[in-house]
Amino acid sequence: MAITAPEITTDVVRARLQGEKADVSGAAFKDLLVACLAMVLAALIALIASVSGEGIDVLWRRGIVEFMSEPFSIRPQAAGVYQAVVGTVTCAVIVAVFAFPLGLASAIYLEEYASDTFFTRAIDVVIRNLAGVPAVVYGLLGYALFVGGPFKEITGGSSVLSAGLTLSILVLPIVVITSAEAIRAVPSALREGGFGVGATRWEVTRTLVLPNALPGVLTGTILGLARALGEAAPLILVGAATSGFSGGEPGDLTGRFTALPNIIATWSKLPPRNWTGNTQAAILVTLALVLGINAVGIILRNRFEKKK
Amino acid sequence: MTAISSPTPGPVSLEDLAGDPKRQRVERVVRAVLTVAALTSVLISIAIIYVLFRDAVAFLGSIRLSELNDDVWLPRGGRFGLLSPVLGTLWVTLVAVVIAGPIGLGAAIYLSEYAKPRVRRIVKPIVEILASIPSVVVGFFAIRFIAPEITEKIFSNSPSQNLLVAGIGVGLLTIPLMTSVSEDALRAVPMSLREASSGLGAKKVTTVVRVVVPAAISGLVAGLILSISRAIGETMVVFLAAGGTGTRPDSPLDGGLTITSAMASVASGTDNVVGVGNTFQSIFFLGLVLFLITLSLNVVADRFVRRVRQKY
Amino acid sequence: MTPISQPQQSTAPTATVDLTAQTTDEPLERAKPKVFETRDLAVFYGDFRAVRDVNIAVHQSEITAFIGPSGCGKSTVLRCFNRMNDLIDIARVDGHLTFHGVDLYDKAVNPVEVRRRIGMVFQKPNPFPKSIYENVAYAPRLAGLAKKGSAMDEIVETSLRKAALWDEVKDRQKKSALGLSGGQQQRLCIARALAVNPEVVLMDEPCSALDPIATGRIEDLMEEIKQQYTIIIVTHNMQQAARVSDRCAFFTTEVSETSDTRTGVLVEYDATEKMFSNPSDERTENYVTGRFG
Repeated sequence: MAITAPEITTDVVRARLQGEKADVSGAAFKDLLVACLAMVLAALIALIASVSGEGIDVLWRRGIVEFMSEPFSIRPQAAGVYQAVVGTVTCAVIVAVFAFPLGLASAIYLEEYASDTFFTRAIDVVIRNLAGVPAVVYGLLGYALFVGGPFKEITGGSSVLSAGLTLSILVLPIVVITSAEAIRAVPSALREGGFGVGATRWEVTRTLVLPNALPGVLTGTILGLARALGEAAPLILVGAATSGFSGGEPGDLTGRFTALPNIIATWSKLPPRNWTGNTQAAILVTLALVLGINAVGIILRNRFEKKK
Repeated sequence: MTAISSPTPGPVSLEDLAGDPKRQRVERVVRAVLTVAALTSVLISIAIIYVLFRDAVAFLGSIRLSELNDDVWLPRGGRFGLLSPVLGTLWVTLVAVVIAGPIGLGAAIYLSEYAKPRVRRIVKPIVEILASIPSVVVGFFAIRFIAPEITEKIFSNSPSQNLLVAGIGVGLLTIPLMTSVSEDALRAVPMSLREASSGLGAKKVTTVVRVVVPAAISGLVAGLILSISRAIGETMVVFLAAGGTGTRPDSPLDGGLTITSAMASVASGTDNVVGVGNTFQSIFFLGLVLFLITLSLNVVADRFVRRVRQKY
Repeated sequence: MTPISQPQQSTAPTATVDLTAQTTDEPLERAKPKVFETRDLAVFYGDFRAVRDVNIAVHQSEITAFIGPSGCGKSTVLRCFNRMNDLIDIARVDGHLTFHGVDLYDKAVNPVEVRRRIGMVFQKPNPFPKSIYENVAYAPRLAGLAKKGSAMDEIVETSLRKAALWDEVKDRQKKSALGLSGGQQQRLCIARALAVNPEVVLMDEPCSALDPIATGRIEDLMEEIKQQYTIIIVTHNMQQAARVSDRCAFFTTEVSETSDTRTGVLVEYDATEKMFSNPSDERTENYVTGRFG
């Protein structure tokens, strides 16, 4: 029996090219994915809305500077975040001073110096696993080392120095891993060029590898720093003050301390009627700081990626 | 000074090739400094493990092991029912993963397979902003928004602060991690696989669901495990929003605590607790349990990530 | 500040000698002094023997070419001569390699000093992401040959002139080296290698990333500087080897009888003319006549 060919018209061809029928499942699937993203966006908007509200009012009425320069108080109208700001900024400086050089040096060792031995592979595994240890566990370590342990005499117990050192240990693995990645991304042809004209390993590292890797290293450090400054849990264990205290002045490294995330935690547990505004104001200050630092890191990274 | 404009061929001695002692000294010093720096990281992990074990063992030595079977976790009252924080952790993690897993995966698939570069440039930073919000802020959001606006309206008979509220908050915090690890895994799938699939006439959705996702499955599993690990280790959201009661939770609608929040609540009264028997030591025991759980999860996740790297 | 480690017994012409006064038509038979000699040189990567039984002598002010199919170990051998293989963790060099009679792998020998005296130019031009001037000044500054100022300016100018690049870049020395064309970049890399006053220049397929015109300029350049520098060049281009080299080493691969590994092996080493007209080994003849590889 002869097979009769169907009549070919432009409509038939077009229908064939477009598929037999509309792709219902495909469209539904895509809608589902968009819904996932929409939920993330909605949550973010709800979050930002719920932390602003009265907070903006407080910052506006009392003035941002005023709010940031008043110490802890049991009276909501007078309470400010001065000591917390001092504590957080001091921690940031301590992290920058300790974690950055130590982390960068470890990364240089692992990428440029260490030969691929069992020992260096072990260090690599250890650092990767350190990055996954929950922040609160670092708090225990900070407590055992700096508050109640061998370094108590130097740190003065529950002090901003203990807090800063604990956060330094917390971000160290992040700094090492991101720095190592940035160093690894430097083309090896550059190193060969350096070695080929008789530069020592350190000279190659200092003059060729590091200038190339620096943007990536800085980005990693900045993102790590932003993360550290938002942490409250480890500082609870190190003994951040939860009530009013005297002191907390800049430069007082061994006295009592608190930090912005901890003041938020403390105020969140106080009666909402009187304290919501202050808590939100403290959150806004913290978000401005953390997101500001993050923004710098992300902009730096995007520039770096574009250049590559 | 002599101009160095021509080479100097001819015999050399061993001393000529010995190099500049000063440069070699610098090299040795630098190497030593860098080695010490790298060793510091190792020392820190040894210190973590040592501290956790030392105080955890001291704690276990101070109680009868059967005391861990208590119904209640209330260290200040000398009651150490381990099951309360463990069950609380399970509930919170379950809720968090139920939220972060699908949403994070969906967002990742969209970003990797559907989003045009321009959309991606806008959406990616939004996820990154969420990733950088401190957990204490999400904790506040949980008690001031998630509890009154969502969970209380659905489950009006439950306490306002409960494991579900905390779990939702933790889930929110975990979404960015799930998204970024999954997106990396999906992007690592070679273009040729997608082209082969569409070349055979498969629809986009078929290509994504039948080809790309299965090819990336190792990385997606790694993302899920890392999310679980992250959720288990999260402290502040639970500390603020879960209620903090030490009784065994029967469902996520009960108030409760997790391993992490139990640690934080003992420590938030540090001044009163230090030196009072074994109360403070108990959190080192919790810390050890937490450390071992997250460590094993991370090791497993690392295996999966490696599998992806080997494949492509 | 004194220049470091200038060879004391140097018989070399000094800076003021007019180099064109040297005779260039010395016959090969009256062999020039030997710079390198190898005896049973072999390189291992872990347990894998990459190349074996290399016995050659490299003569002063000559261009020696290593030719052979890819994977025959010619680059690996080249990298033994300035100890670049030291930078690969698993690489191990076996046998003897002397530089003016001194064992290059003696414990007292510093590989950094070796690389200053034995410079290297790589397959792909790899200028540093710095200015043209800084590229050339890089090694002399580290080696303490000169600091900033006129002494360094002189080194840079001399090196760029030797590399036939001066006229093209003299007005833009402060501009990035990455803005140069591929051929210019490779000549800059040659200038960079010459700036630190080496005696030998190793070239690892220096023209493989260049077009024919740029290749021609590099070959002319090699011809010009060979009076002052001993050159070893690895090339997979037989015409190039025939054009520029005085001596030629042909390498090939041998499949091991016991396992499925390939090892590079030196087949023949002789004057280039003989290698291309009347090779003594059949494998060389097959290769140079294009019957294989």
